[in-house]
Amino acid sequence: MTLAQAQPQPSALEFDCDTGNYHTFCPISCVAWLYQKIEDSFFLVIGTKTCGYFLQNAMGVMIFAEPRYAMAELEEADISAQLNDYEELKRLCESIKRDRNPSVIVWIGTCTTEIIKMDLEGLAPRLEAEIGIPIVVARANGLDYAFTQGEDTVLAAMAQRCPTVEEAAAKQPAAVKEEAKSGGIQKLLGLGRKKEEEVVVAEDTPYHDHPPLVLFGSVPDPIVTQMTLELKKQGIKVDGWLPAKLYTDLPVVDEGYYVAGINPFLSRTATTLMRRRKCKLIGAPFPIGPDGTRAWIEKICSVFNIEPQGMEEREAKIWESVEDYLEIIRGKSVYFMGDNLLEISLARFLTRCGMTVQEIGIPYMDKRYQAAELALLEKTCNEMGTPLPKITEKPDNYNQIQRIQELHPDLVITGMAHANPLEARGINTKWSVEFTFAQIHGFGNTRDILELVTRPLRRNNNLKDLGWEKLVKEEAKV
Amino acid sequence: MKLAYWMYAGPAHIGTLRIASSFKNVHAIMHAPLGDDYFNVMRSMLERERDFTPVTASIVDRNVLARGSQEKVVDNIVRKDKEEQPDLIVLTPTCTSSILQEDLANFVQRASLDSQGDVLLADVNHYRVNELQAADRTLQQIVQFYLAKARKQGTLPEGKTEKPSVNIIGMTTLGFHNNHDCRELRTLMAQLGIEVNLVMPEGALVTQIKDMGRAWFNLVPYREVGPLTAEYLKEELGMPYVDITPMGIVETARCIRAIQTVLNDQGADVNYDAFIDEQTRFVSQAAWFSRSIDCQNLTGKKAVVFGDSTHAAAMVKILAREMGIHVVLAGTYCKYDAEWFAAEVGEYCDEILVSEDNGEIGDRIAQLEPAAIFGTQMERHVGKRLDIPCGVIAAPIHIQNFPVGYRPFMGYEGANQIVDLVYNSFTLGMEDHLLEFFGGHDTKEILTKTMSADAAVEAGLGWSADGLAELQKIPGFVRGKVKRNTEKFAREQGVASITAEVLYAAKEAVGA
Repeated sequence: MTLAQAQPQPSALEFDCDTGNYHTFCPISCVAWLYQKIEDSFFLVIGTKTCGYFLQNAMGVMIFAEPRYAMAELEEADISAQLNDYEELKRLCESIKRDRNPSVIVWIGTCTTEIIKMDLEGLAPRLEAEIGIPIVVARANGLDYAFTQGEDTVLAAMAQRCPTVEEAAAKQPAAVKEEAKSGGIQKLLGLGRKKEEEVVVAEDTPYHDHPPLVLFGSVPDPIVTQMTLELKKQGIKVDGWLPAKLYTDLPVVDEGYYVAGINPFLSRTATTLMRRRKCKLIGAPFPIGPDGTRAWIEKICSVFNIEPQGMEEREAKIWESVEDYLEIIRGKSVYFMGDNLLEISLARFLTRCGMTVQEIGIPYMDKRYQAAELALLEKTCNEMGTPLPKITEKPDNYNQIQRIQELHPDLVITGMAHANPLEARGINTKWSVEFTFAQIHGFGNTRDILELVTRPLRRNNNLKDLGWEKLVKEEAKV
Repeated sequence: MKLAYWMYAGPAHIGTLRIASSFKNVHAIMHAPLGDDYFNVMRSMLERERDFTPVTASIVDRNVLARGSQEKVVDNIVRKDKEEQPDLIVLTPTCTSSILQEDLANFVQRASLDSQGDVLLADVNHYRVNELQAADRTLQQIVQFYLAKARKQGTLPEGKTEKPSVNIIGMTTLGFHNNHDCRELRTLMAQLGIEVNLVMPEGALVTQIKDMGRAWFNLVPYREVGPLTAEYLKEELGMPYVDITPMGIVETARCIRAIQTVLNDQGADVNYDAFIDEQTRFVSQAAWFSRSIDCQNLTGKKAVVFGDSTHAAAMVKILAREMGIHVVLAGTYCKYDAEWFAAEVGEYCDEILVSEDNGEIGDRIAQLEPAAIFGTQMERHVGKRLDIPCGVIAAPIHIQNFPVGYRPFMGYEGANQIVDLVYNSFTLGMEDHLLEFFGGHDTKEILTKTMSADAAVEAGLGWSADGLAELQKIPGFVRGKVKRNTEKFAREQGVASITAEVLYAAKEAVGA
């Protein structure tokens, strides 16, 4: 008994589910980054004024010059079914085709289309055939999903549009096809790539012979390059990314292909790739922080029976290079209110950095898709000798603020609605949304995550002698 | 269905929430799906509010959709009543949840049985009115509720204040320069010897509403929020109101004269002519600016004005009457107020455009080629594309409309601020024009090679195609720094060809 008490950590992670009265962004916000990522796309959000005003205001994304997304604003006549949905959508999509001529139109269904039971999946194939532009339907609604899960709904829908090997071959010109036949399946997979890249590949060290690998998750192009190169160093070839820069370059996905996610909020996409496309999912921690990146690469290597090279040194070198940042946060506490589903990965990374995580709020916890990440979190806590944090799914912001005022963490990572009020009460905060938009994946971006995490601490360190820590007259009756 | 790229006014619930959270000690409960509560973000970020926004969402999720809210909304109201002890809880659905047609009135009734404070359902149609109309309506609803309550309890105070006094109605959170206007109007009232009885709703308690009738009159500076309340108070309590927007020297004077009439009708003996004259000719700089040589150069220049009714109409009058600028187009997105707008600006402009379609306005601006635009953030961007300067005079609000310093649009200081805005818009435009004319200060071509280019050539460094492609992906403002650091790294490492891999290795090594 005494021995057990001496152990600082409970044996397993504790999960809790609260009232769900919490603030996060609507999942349609994924439009803001996906339209930039997929350069030949057009996103049509089918919803109300509430949806449109959100995109315009809260996201700070104003729809200006040459927009590639728009609202199909539902009006009273649409709601009361006086108008024909098909005819209305056709009119709008024809005008989009005329003005923008995208390679794909992504319909983003919202809460309202759910409630009025608009059959978007039923309408899309007919309209697609009629106007000759692929229409992908994603239900990024706030009834079922939170914030970043919007991307999950879009990628899950796009996964079904990825060509099979056969379909990809049928699209290629005859000459290339001949070459493909002689070169076998491996050559074929490189077909979507540009000519010069193939030349580079040919010159470099040969890749190991492994089954095709497709990575999923929308990340900025520099991250795509970095992660691809990182795997190349291990002799692993990335055959494609979902999504690609162009919709027309969607990766080939077929039975027996291996897939790995780069973000923790993509459980539906993973399920779709497994169930509908018969792919094999590599369940790994996510490549955030040097520890996570190493675990991610090693897991992919292990699946392909490849001995990873130099990972330990690489991780150590990264840690060494960010020591100046680690000094700032080591021994400090951090509290996640829960917003973008990156919480577990970030908590694991910050624990490894020497911080104590007091609570992890998270909108939704898929224990299967995040299993490897949760296991790494547990392992990291044990190794670092810090208590295991409580994980609160569907948090209640009011209750959390009570706890924050008791715990007084050194840093609270929170959504935008609570940042200023907490700062006014002398609590350091960082917007969780910044981690959504910043480049945080891979070895090379460790410094960037730490730059974000330490900024409030460094800033408030600058101000600490000025004597104005609390800027509210009395504790608000929260 | 409407294809929309931009909205000039928000949805109805935003208007309701603006009113509710302007009051002190009032909480709002939204019956809404996850993410619809972004009002909290807007208030926290734009207003830089120190306190938690008193708005809680009672989340509508799949369960609620399948089985109805049942106890959820009632529980959330009662819980908030206990936690925060607000005087009033306002319940509002959003566009989405209003379609569910749940009996929210019944929820409110049940919740009020278990609550210490009052509970009210915001009475607006979410598909027929916008943010501005909903705000106007919600304020009137709350005022009506508390007047009725006071009447029933016999707590309505009798009689007027001893000295002339005013209620300023329509000041709200997230309003366009509202807090600055409010301060300016308070100053103006003080100078006129008028006490401010109440400002509604910003910073007021709902328990003070019953005292509104003590004021001698109501001042409604904005067309968008307040008129319904003022009209209601006139019918109910016989209170006169002044609804002339005191923007610009001429209109401010007209507003003050209207106040004078209202006061003198009630037995006061005030004469503000000397004050108006003093302010106009010697205190404010706006009238002098109109006479100055600077303004002479603006004579006959063409301008387009677009905004909400209040600001667009006032701006048209200022430009046309006080500065001699030729307003070629005056427009508003307040379609429901088109008649009033046309009557106000008809004689001061060539053309009137009432529309919510930003494309239509943009096209018209492009055709008219004005020398300056005075519009919303949208027109500012249209101006950017067309290379026409634009001063922002109206909502939708933007972080720029919450300056830390003092920037009113109303009263005499407001007139000064508008002069600055107009002058800067035009002259900066002219400056650009002159720069273009004389070839500018800076040569456009860079004549010497950059340091890094020289160094790279000397060291025999070259960028591979993929390295260069990767470099191009880096944002322009840091690209030069990244390029220099990468080349330095490559030299140190003895790498001849900089590939994408080298670029990222450099980033890792030196944080390039």
